[in-house]
Amino acid sequence: MNVGVLALQGDFREHLSALGECGVKGKLVKTVAEIAEVDALIIPGGESTTISKLAKAFDLFDLISKRIADGMPTYGSCAGMILVAKKIIDPASGQDTFGGIDMEVRRNAFGRQTESFEFDLEFKPFPGAPIRGVFIRAPWVESQGAKVEILASIDVAGKSHPVAVRQGSVLATAFHPELTGDNRVHRYFLETVCKK
Amino acid sequence: MSKANDAQVGGARVKRGMAEMLKGGVIMDVVNVEQAKIAEDSGAVAVMALERVPADIRAQGGVSRMSDPDMIEKIQAAVSIPVMAKVRIGHFAEAQILQTLNVDYIDESEVLTPADYEHHIDKWNFTIPFVCGATNLGEALRRINEGAAMIRSKGEAGTGDVSNATTHMRKIGSEIRRLTSMREDELYVAAKELQAPYALVKEVAETGKLPVVLFTAGGIATPADAAMMMQLGADGVFIGSGIFKSGDAAKRAAACVKATTFYTDPKVVAEASRGLGEAMVGINVADIPVPHRLAERGW
Repeated sequence: MNVGVLALQGDFREHLSALGECGVKGKLVKTVAEIAEVDALIIPGGESTTISKLAKAFDLFDLISKRIADGMPTYGSCAGMILVAKKIIDPASGQDTFGGIDMEVRRNAFGRQTESFEFDLEFKPFPGAPIRGVFIRAPWVESQGAKVEILASIDVAGKSHPVAVRQGSVLATAFHPELTGDNRVHRYFLETVCKK
Repeated sequence: MSKANDAQVGGARVKRGMAEMLKGGVIMDVVNVEQAKIAEDSGAVAVMALERVPADIRAQGGVSRMSDPDMIEKIQAAVSIPVMAKVRIGHFAEAQILQTLNVDYIDESEVLTPADYEHHIDKWNFTIPFVCGATNLGEALRRINEGAAMIRSKGEAGTGDVSNATTHMRKIGSEIRRLTSMREDELYVAAKELQAPYALVKEVAETGKLPVVLFTAGGIATPADAAMMMQLGADGVFIGSGIFKSGDAAKRAAACVKATTFYTDPKVVAEASRGLGEAMVGINVADIPVPHRLAERGW
């Protein structure tokens, strides 16, 4: 399987090494030709506004949206989660998303950088074996459709907010497993989401 | 699971991780809300809020300090991308103020007038992450040892002359490559020569890179400058005076963003370089008397 990591901006190299540790030789992709060739795509952490603007400037936006809609397995972390959401509650001017998961997300939901945090998180596919969630100016899911499976949530001020979700072949996390050296989320994407 | 009970804030991973998310991007100096919006619209990954860009600091002279909190807050309210701000080298009270303002990153910067000619800020004491300038590997590792979560080359800010940034990037790169070729028992002397902690020197020798993200700064004014710095190993680019001291700022800003992403594709960089109007006028670093060179500040 040919797995691409969208390399417009952000921590794409960390995703590439996480794939490598899972025994998959991924490829950094940032042109129409490169994206047309991949079987699955990872959208990394970064600035969602920047990635979205660059995708438009280089004619990748409609292609990626269409490939996700056609069922290409896709995983987005942090900025990537925002970009696979159907809707952003508080978008920057002209900021659009590729879509893929029927959800509304809130950007910088936990606050600014001083509120960024690490947290041991129950991730539904690995019961009893929490993963270390690294949340950096992270989004959360504000609301989601019936077909969206919630894989992890965090309670803030008594209210539960999904921070990892899946809908069919699209997976999204508000946190960054690629920064922890723990590759279980990447394995879950490769072995379960991609094999759907 | 409740965040309030178990969350860890301000650890090295979220501080350094924040910089990882800026990689491949352009951070732009802005002095007002209008410029901040232009920067965000053109695809900047963050803005640096300051009262005067380096070119004006240079022209007007005098003591240069942290910006007015009102001005920083206006910019925070106007954009959703991260907002950074500068403090004087060693001025921990200015840093305490910026932390209460919840800026996303503090630049302990030689562009402002140093407040302490011996000590830098003890950056481990803060929840907020710091970026610091460096002209060579030893200086970068000393800043990391003090808690810097991101390093940038110093270049010579406010000149539009990229030569010093080139020197610093090449120097840091070659010193890293030299360490990776050394025997383990040679690293002790290398640490002494670099005037840097042995543990960090050993880590760099083993991994072949800095333990934090390395951006470049100082004198970058064109898409070609940005592409060159990225090819010399920068993870991303700071552009200070280069954008808003030029003719068509919005167009130049977007062009530098494109060139930073597609730095290995000269066709894209060529396309981005077309029709940008006047670049900032610039000053040759060689024409600046040594005592007035900003890169000499910090140690």
